[in-house]
Amino acid sequence: MSAQELDISRRGFLKASAAVSGGFILALTLPGCDSKPAGKAGAGAGGQPNAWLKIKGDNSITVLVDRSEMGQGVYTSLTQLLAEELELPMDKITVEAAPPGDVYINKLVGGQVTGGSTSVQDAWVKLRTAGAQARHMLIAAAAQQWGVDASQCRVANATIINAHGKTLTYGDVAEAASKMTPPKDVKLKAYGDFKLIGQPVARLDSPGKVDGSAQFGIDVKLPGMLYASLAQSPVLGGKVKSFDAAAAEKMPGVVKVVNTSGGVAVIAEHFWQAKSARDAIKIQWDAGPNAKLSNASIRAMLKKGAASDKGLSALAAGDVASAFKGAAKTVNAVYELPLLAHATLEPMNCTADVKADGCDVYVGTQVQQVAQAVSAKACGLKPEQVRVFTTLLGGGFGRRLDIDFIPPAVEASKAVGKPVKLIWTREDDTTHDTYRPPGYDEISGAFDAKGALTGWKFHITGPSITARMFPPVTGVDPFAVEAAANYPYDVPNVAVNYTRQEIGIDVGYMRSVSHALNCFVAESFMDELAHAAGKDPYAFRAELLGKKPRFKRVLEQCAKHANWGRIDKGHFQGIALMEGYGTYLAQVVEISTEHDQLKIHKIVCVVDCGRMVNPRIVESQIQSSIVFGLTSSLWGEITLADGKVQQTNFHQYRLLRNSETPPIEVKLLDSEDEPGGIGEPATALVAPALCNAIFAATGKRIRSLPIGAQKVLKI
Amino acid sequence: MINLSVNGQSLSTDAAPETPLLWVIRDHLGMTGTKFGCGMGLCGACTVHIDGAPTRSCQTALSAVAGKTITTIEGLSADRSHAVQKAWLEIDVPQCGYCQSGQIMSAAALLKSNPNPSDADIDTAMSGNICRCGTYPRIRKAIHRAAEILKTGA
Ligand code: FES
Ligand code: FES
Repeated sequence: MSAQELDISRRGFLKASAAVSGGFILALTLPGCDSKPAGKAGAGAGGQPNAWLKIKGDNSITVLVDRSEMGQGVYTSLTQLLAEELELPMDKITVEAAPPGDVYINKLVGGQVTGGSTSVQDAWVKLRTAGAQARHMLIAAAAQQWGVDASQCRVANATIINAHGKTLTYGDVAEAASKMTPPKDVKLKAYGDFKLIGQPVARLDSPGKVDGSAQFGIDVKLPGMLYASLAQSPVLGGKVKSFDAAAAEKMPGVVKVVNTSGGVAVIAEHFWQAKSARDAIKIQWDAGPNAKLSNASIRAMLKKGAASDKGLSALAAGDVASAFKGAAKTVNAVYELPLLAHATLEPMNCTADVKADGCDVYVGTQVQQVAQAVSAKACGLKPEQVRVFTTLLGGGFGRRLDIDFIPPAVEASKAVGKPVKLIWTREDDTTHDTYRPPGYDEISGAFDAKGALTGWKFHITGPSITARMFPPVTGVDPFAVEAAANYPYDVPNVAVNYTRQEIGIDVGYMRSVSHALNCFVAESFMDELAHAAGKDPYAFRAELLGKKPRFKRVLEQCAKHANWGRIDKGHFQGIALMEGYGTYLAQVVEISTEHDQLKIHKIVCVVDCGRMVNPRIVESQIQSSIVFGLTSSLWGEITLADGKVQQTNFHQYRLLRNSETPPIEVKLLDSEDEPGGIGEPATALVAPALCNAIFAATGKRIRSLPIGAQKVLKI
Repeated sequence: MINLSVNGQSLSTDAAPETPLLWVIRDHLGMTGTKFGCGMGLCGACTVHIDGAPTRSCQTALSAVAGKTITTIEGLSADRSHAVQKAWLEIDVPQCGYCQSGQIMSAAALLKSNPNPSDADIDTAMSGNICRCGTYPRIRKAIHRAAEILKTGA
């Protein structure tokens, strides 16, 4: 379902603009989603000085985090920002997910969205300011109570202390403070005075995740709740023509069978009953336009798109045509990438409780306001009548930016007048994802007579996610040309072009989005050019980075930490470099290929992500991204036959396991630049660094992923 | 009615005998720490101990566990004091956390039978547990740390 169908974006607008980091920022408004956050705390002592903070009379403190916790650590890192200015001890804080509300809009995206590795970048000044404002208000309230000047008060450990050593807790004055007007200009701490920011603070969400008490969407329990299982069209985009539920309705526990907008939902007292009965329904499907869709037909569409259109310019410098015409040598290649599934370990699910005058939705979502809007539409209520409770997300990776699993749950609840928890099976999840788009990319380089790289042409062809989710996109989809439009090397003539070619099915944002496609192409091809020039792939890159010190530093540091060129006999290395989300990274993969068996000895990743809020979380996100990227590189591929996805569960959509994970060394560089994003970018460098190492070892260039399907090596 | 012993409590359920234990634990008994990931014995998110052995509860019919002793993540300790939980917290293993109940149950079973596991032992014992967030490097570190806690008490 697109945002357009939801009537959201027609009244909104989408504007892509170049950001400081060299990447892109989306400005997107979502009108009609203007519900306000929970009001100021009600009766009793305590208060809510601002949208991010609730303080009770007993000085118990709740921080409302407006980004979804999906493993990337926002419940901890965003809380650190607020706590820094408030002098809050981290172990005193309870975290709660913020409700939908305009105050929580992510200014880098234009909606209440957890995505694009933007959480810390968006919150960096905002939450420190909110903390400082609240501190001023709490001090002012205490000073008023004491009848002293605010300048004589200071705070420590969630307590206000005056010049005479008297103390009041935040809880003592929170109610009075919450009635004050927030000060406009607050001075934030100097970076050198940070106590929490930059520290490896323990994650606040870990305790619940080691004792089983953490509540994911799938764990929601409501009184009288029923369970649902949903039969969706096996052909992507198909619809229910008719169905016979007579047998299913007689099965134990079954309450009702409902035809929803997403397929046929069986509602029962328990999930296993719902799922068993679902298998007994006979459904006639209208396969729709994708009845014959296959990998071959998708590839043909992309090839045709690439051949028939030069594309829109995403980056242009110098005179590429002349550079190629006058070249002493040119190198050309075509690279291809497959569809991928997000495969969050928690399958899609949603619990809805529709009543006559309101609807509660409990869901692991990355888009609270959109969830609210689609739920309202699904039950015929106004958005402000829908409360969205964000649970922990058992993985997001962009999958939960989509909301296709929400309306059927709401419709099912409405149909039975009871709370309903709709759970997808793993097979439902794998076969009905909004897949990472495939890519078909033509790329060329030109050398002059002196052997200098003088021309770079990169033509990207693929479907546009943004055009589906936030239409209209009139120019280049900025999320299709990442790691391409910010070409870092000092080459005088550059053209990066983009052709939008739809493929008939919904595609979605997936961890590192187009970085993962374009970095594979660009950094593999830089390797091809290095070899064509007879140069060392590291030295070749380093020579072209004179004007890009942050790129150059990570590259050099990575070569140093990986002992580039000084490794055991029989070992081979590959290198890759990228900027994404304002973070600069280089990776070296070291392999051997004895008896044609690929063995990865280690992956070294050097990262400059600007100032870090929590280096322990940064390190875990880099490790995580590398495992994610390695999974995709080795095996990731969704294939279609007759419009149906052929992979159903983890035996066919293989994910990396503990025993298959090589040692990963992460080196985080000190940096005084503003924070960059860390949840995604490292994903994208694994494929090119690994394929470059494979070339070094075997002389075979891998231009299509996954590596496993190329039969170059045993993996 | 089928009687079960779960986390030291005697419980009974009217779930159909062929129902996978996973769904009995989650939906009928209301203990949601044990997770559904694949339903095919491929991911380990549903791992519990049955008479001490790590078992995929999605592949175990209720009828097969009548009278047996079942331990879920909720029963591993009352206060996160199991060595594996302590090590997990110290190293901050979880990311999204969804796989972690299963990882911890597998790790606890490993350490019980092999208090000093090598990396190869860890590979074997843990390869049935998928972590999509890729917490593997920290899982490995935390298992070694848990072994140390078991040995030295700290
Ligand atoms: S849910 Fe049982 S092994 Fe995956
Ligand atoms: S922590 Fe997310 S799946 Fe393991």
